[in-house]
Amino acid sequence: MNSVTAPVFRFGNDVDTDVIVPGQYLKLGYEEAAAYVMEGIRPGFGNLLQNGGIIIAGENFGCGSSREAAPAALKFAGIRAVIAPYFARIFYRNAINVGLPAIECPEVVESPIQEGEWVTIDFVSAFIQHNRTGNRWSYTPLSLHLREILLAGGLVPFLKGQRQSDKGARL
Amino acid sequence: MAGTTIVEQVLARASDKDRVNPGEIIDVTVDMAMMHDSGGPRRILGPLAELNMPIWDPNRVVLVADHYAMPNDADEAIILQTARNFARDHAITRYHELEGICHIVPAEEGYIYPGMLMVGGDSHSATPGALGAVAIPMGSTDMLGVLVAGKTWLKVPHTIRIDVEGQLEQGVMAKDAVLWLLGQWGMSHATYRALEYGGTGLASLPVEERMVLTNMAIELGAKTAVCETDAITEQWLTNHGVPLPSSYLRPQGDPFYSEKIVMNLSAIEPLVARPPRPDHVSPVSAIDRQPINQAYIGACTGAKYHDLAMAATVLQGRKVSPRVRFLIAPASRKALQQAAQDGTLQVLIEAGATILSSTCGACAGLGAGILGPNEVGISSTNRNFPGRMGHPTAQVFLASPATVAASAVTGYISDPREVWPS
Ligand code: SF4
Repeated sequence: MNSVTAPVFRFGNDVDTDVIVPGQYLKLGYEEAAAYVMEGIRPGFGNLLQNGGIIIAGENFGCGSSREAAPAALKFAGIRAVIAPYFARIFYRNAINVGLPAIECPEVVESPIQEGEWVTIDFVSAFIQHNRTGNRWSYTPLSLHLREILLAGGLVPFLKGQRQSDKGARL
Repeated sequence: MAGTTIVEQVLARASDKDRVNPGEIIDVTVDMAMMHDSGGPRRILGPLAELNMPIWDPNRVVLVADHYAMPNDADEAIILQTARNFARDHAITRYHELEGICHIVPAEEGYIYPGMLMVGGDSHSATPGALGAVAIPMGSTDMLGVLVAGKTWLKVPHTIRIDVEGQLEQGVMAKDAVLWLLGQWGMSHATYRALEYGGTGLASLPVEERMVLTNMAIELGAKTAVCETDAITEQWLTNHGVPLPSSYLRPQGDPFYSEKIVMNLSAIEPLVARPPRPDHVSPVSAIDRQPINQAYIGACTGAKYHDLAMAATVLQGRKVSPRVRFLIAPASRKALQQAAQDGTLQVLIEAGATILSSTCGACAGLGAGILGPNEVGISSTNRNFPGRMGHPTAQVFLASPATVAASAVTGYISDPREVWPS
C-alpha cells in the first residue's frame, strides 16, 4: 500500500471513541461493529463509504476510551486513513496496531478541502494531494518501522510475518 | 545536574538506564499488566494463538472481569466465559470476577506499590498513580505485545507539575478538583504528557480521593498521572499488606517541568461537567434548578468507599425525590462490605437507593441504569459523551458523589454544601 485515493469526510475537534463505536456495540466483533461506526455523531455513516473514505478531523481525534474497536471498525467500514493535527495517544497506537494509517498534518486540516472531494495520500513520499486542485501538503513521514506495520496490515500480521521469515519476534 | 520527575525516575529504572529524557523512545520491562474482560482475552485470544507464544509471566498479569461481569445476554456471557477460561488456561491466578472495577481491585488486593511500572488495557489505567505507581493505558494489540514479551516501547513524556495547596471545603470532593482542571485546560491540554501531583495540600486527600485525580487524567489527555507518596500512602499500603518502600517517591533535585500550576483546594467549589463533554465545566451554583431523571453513583471514579460515605453524609435522615431513580453501583465488593459494616449502606438504602452490582454497568453504557431518549442524568462517572450512558440524546452531567446525592434529594442539580450537616 504505497498510496490511497478516496473521498474526504470531515469531522471536528475531540471526536471521542464513545461516538466512534458506542458501548452497546462493543460486544460485537470489529467487522460487525463497523456497521455502526460513528453512530454517536453521524448515524448511517457506514453507508456512505462505498468508495472508501479518508477522514480529515480536528485535533485530539480518538480521545476517551482505549477501545481498539474504534480504529478497527473505521478500517473495516472502509476508512483508509485518518488525518488530524494530532491524535489522542492511545488511539494513535491502536490505529497503527490495527493497520489504519493515522497521519498528523495540521495544514491539511486547515485547508479548504471540502467533504466529498477526493484526496490522495502518498505514503512513500509523505504527502497529501487535493485531487481537484493538485495542491499538495507534506507531512512528517512515519518511521520505517511503523510503515512496515501498516504495510503488513497491523502489528499481528507484521509479527507473524517476522516469525515466518525466522527473524524472531521483536516487539 | 538537572533533577528528575517521578515518572522519569520510574521509566529510567524500568528501562535500565541512569536517566531518561522527554521525547526519548525507550524499551521498558513492565512489572504488571492489567486487563479487563472487554478489551482483554476476547480481543487477544485469536492473535495470541496465531502467534503461538506463551504469556511471559502469568504471575504479573491481573485480569478483572468488570465490563460484562453481569451479562445481559448470551453474547455477553460468552465474553465473560472467554475471560474466565483464559485465566484458567494461562494459569493467571489474579483473576477477579464480580469483585469490582479493574482500576480499584488491584489496589485493594495489594498488587500496587510505589515506583512500579504497570500497563493497563483501559484508558483510565493511570488510576494506581494515586499510590505512586506509574501506569500507562493502552489498547488490546499493544497489550498482546506486552503479554508475550513483558516489554513495550514508550516515549518518555514531559511532565506537568500540579502543586496542590489548601484543603477542600466540606461537601467539596477531589472530583470537583479534577473538574476544575478540566475547566481550566480542556480535554487535550495534557496530551502526550504526564501529570505529577504533589505539594502540601495532598496531605488532606485520602488515597481514594487521589485516585480521582489520577483516574481522570485521561480526560485531560494525559498519558499517565502520579502522586507523590507520603504517610497517607504508607498507611494504605500497610492496611493492604504491601511491604513499605525504603523512601517516599518524590521528584529529585530540580527537574524540568513543561508546565507548573498551583491548584488551591480551598478555592474550589462544587462543579459539574455539562453534556456532552467532560470539559464543559460550570459551578453547580450557576446551574439553574436543572431537573434530573436519574442520579448515578458508580464507576472507578466515583463509587469507592469514601464516595459512598460522602453520599451518606448528605443523605443521612433524608429521602430521595420520588421523581428520581437513585442508583448506586459500588466500585468494589470491598467498598460495599465496608459500607455495610459501618452503617453507610443502611443510610443509602433508607434514603431510597437501589444498589447495583460492582461492575462498570451504565458508566460504559453496558448494563443496568441506561438512560432513555432526552433523559437527564447526574453521575459520579468520568465521561458524558453522546451515547456513553445510553441513548445518544440522553444528557449526562458529571459531578462528585456528594453533588449527585444532594441532587437525588431535591430532584434537580444541587449544591451539596447546602445540605451538608454542620
Ligand atoms: S467504571 Fe467506567 S470508566 Fe471505569 S473502567 Fe468501567 S467503564 Fe471504564
